Amino acid sequence: MKFKTQKIAYWFFLSALGLLTLQIIYGFIMGFAHMGIDGLHGIIPFNAARAVHTNLLVCWLLLGFMGSAYYIIPEESQNELFSPKLAYIQLISFLAVGVTAVIAYHLNWWEGRKFLEIPRPLDYLVVVNVLAFLYNILMTLFKGKKQTTTALVLAMGLLFSALLYLPGMIWFDSQTLDSFYRWYVVHLWVEGVWELIMGGILAFLLIKITGVDREVIEKWLYVIVGLTFLSGILGTGHHYYYIGAPSYWLWIGGIFSALEPLAFLAMALFALNMYRKGEKKHPNKAALNWTLGAAITSFVGAGLLGAAHTLPNVNLYTHGTLVTAMHGHMAFWGAYAMIVLAIIAYAMPNITGRKLYDNNMARYAFWLSNIGMIGMTVAFGVAGVAQVYMERILGVDFMETQKEIEPHFLVLVLCATGFTTGVILYIINFFQHGKPTDEALVSE
Amino acid sequence: MLTKSQAKLFFLAGTIIFSVLFLGLSYDTHVNHVANQPYEKTITPAVIAGKHLWEDNNCMGCHSIFGEGAYYAPELTKVIDRRGEGYVKGLLMSPTPWGEHTSGRKMVAYGFSDEDAQNLVEYFKWAGTVDLNGFPAKPKYKIEGNK
Ligand code: HEM
Ligand code: HEM
Ligand SMILES: [Fe+2]
Repeated sequence: MKFKTQKIAYWFFLSALGLLTLQIIYGFIMGFAHMGIDGLHGIIPFNAARAVHTNLLVCWLLLGFMGSAYYIIPEESQNELFSPKLAYIQLISFLAVGVTAVIAYHLNWWEGRKFLEIPRPLDYLVVVNVLAFLYNILMTLFKGKKQTTTALVLAMGLLFSALLYLPGMIWFDSQTLDSFYRWYVVHLWVEGVWELIMGGILAFLLIKITGVDREVIEKWLYVIVGLTFLSGILGTGHHYYYIGAPSYWLWIGGIFSALEPLAFLAMALFALNMYRKGEKKHPNKAALNWTLGAAITSFVGAGLLGAAHTLPNVNLYTHGTLVTAMHGHMAFWGAYAMIVLAIIAYAMPNITGRKLYDNNMARYAFWLSNIGMIGMTVAFGVAGVAQVYMERILGVDFMETQKEIEPHFLVLVLCATGFTTGVILYIINFFQHGKPTDEALVSE
Repeated sequence: MLTKSQAKLFFLAGTIIFSVLFLGLSYDTHVNHVANQPYEKTITPAVIAGKHLWEDNNCMGCHSIFGEGAYYAPELTKVIDRRGEGYVKGLLMSPTPWGEHTSGRKMVAYGFSDEDAQNLVEYFKWAGTVDLNGFPAKPKYKIEGNK
């Protein structure tokens, strides 16, 4: 670590891992409910479990991104963080809003729109919070000695994420328009501006881990984020096929979303090539695994499994089935969860001074969680394809179909147990690093 | 070979061009298309009240509408066609969890008032009239007796 204020990232990472744990618990509740075991229904009905599961996911990823920014931006701009105090206030208030929302869901208080369940008054607090975060980051960046491409791309991703949150807050009487603008948030986040955040973090990690020249890495970073917007913006159309929007979205959405995997493919090839080219082999093997893992798994989960159901004639049958959940899991895991776990694995030894670069615990954490996630993806996929054939092609009743596919959720829960074991090992490994300390400062 | 400034230009140009195109198409969809559809003119106060109830109770956390939502409970776009008004109203007003004795999967027992249940029914009836480009698809093979 080169600047004292980079330590702040630790508290964001710690909070992120806490929320991840809670997210997983609610995942199990839903896995069992799909299996027919819903003993908790009275206190935590499925819709509450689901809102908690997906909102905590978004919250911990955002905390991870913020922590990444607090770690990366000072180092890239060669400058202490503008206001550490604001960062702590911002963390605590973010957590307070998140916890309030989670409690609210158990009390039937929400804005029941998929992924945007946070009750409206809390939305405003989120906006204020994110503005404080952006102010802190942008001030640091522009008061710094340098504005590198990596830092700019990361900051741009964060800024656009905040702007795109706003269209999701408008009320529409029409379900069609409601859904139309909801995708401005959901799709343009994960298949647009979040890819800038991922690209920025990935570029930073590759520069540090492989030692390849910054100019080369940042050139490819531009190409990747260029491909993202070229395909992903009009690719939003793949959510406009069947909601009452005009039929031109069938071909616009189909063509452009079919190009979206290119950005992820570019990311995977980029990471692998830089790794091969790099002369400096950084001793932090855990960070290397997670970094390359994120680049590859995001291509499979987002690119390939997204493309599998993105054409309108396929999506007509898979739209709103467990096939979507299959893709959603591996895409979020590969692209965003793994890149956050990568930066944590890279930053921890530097913040705490304990160089636990390569140990069995970290290796098992990586492999168990990833193999578990692959198993979960397969379980969702088999259940989803069976659902499509029975319900959508043979016309079997929804609930009858669900009864038939219950066994796949036993497989899901078993694989999820392996996955969770991996995550627990990761968290234990995190704590083994100890607390952040100024003694970890190095001048380089 | 591609230089860094060319790569940057590719990124900036792509971003601007496609953002402008997307905003233009959004405008066309919203103002020229959706706003002129017959079903946009039949959004009555009851439909709006139904939509509020739909959101305030996060029905989308189990069900889906227009294929959007969760995968725990049935798609509801055409539910009035499938089940009829009376059935739907009955389950919305039920004081005990619906499905407990039939499918095993329970719905929250909302016990809505007659007025609220009617508003939700109006919302579903409205949703059933929207032109969804063919969704939900008719099953290819229809098994006897299934709804
Ligand atoms: C990291 C990037 C991605 C993430 C995190 C992600 C995640 C998700 C999630 C959570 C959903 C469900 C949304 C909802 O129904 O509300 C979804 C839907 C979808 N995604 Fe992705 N996705 C990513 C990239 C992609 C890509 C690159 C493609 C196409 C090539 C794609 C194609 C689709 C399609 C077609 C749907 C709609 C499924 C349906 O009709 O039910 N996704 N995605
Ligand atoms: C123990 C592990 C997990 C289990 C058992 C689990 C289970 C589930 C279940 C049953 C659903 C609900 C599907 C429905 O609506 O019927 C769901 C939704 C979801 N989960 Fe998980 N999950 C787990 C971990 C994760 C992780 C680690 C991530 C992200 C990296 C994740 C992301 C999501 C997303 C994005 C959705 C919404 C999907 C959609 O609407 O298409 N889950 N999960
Ligand atoms: Fe999308």
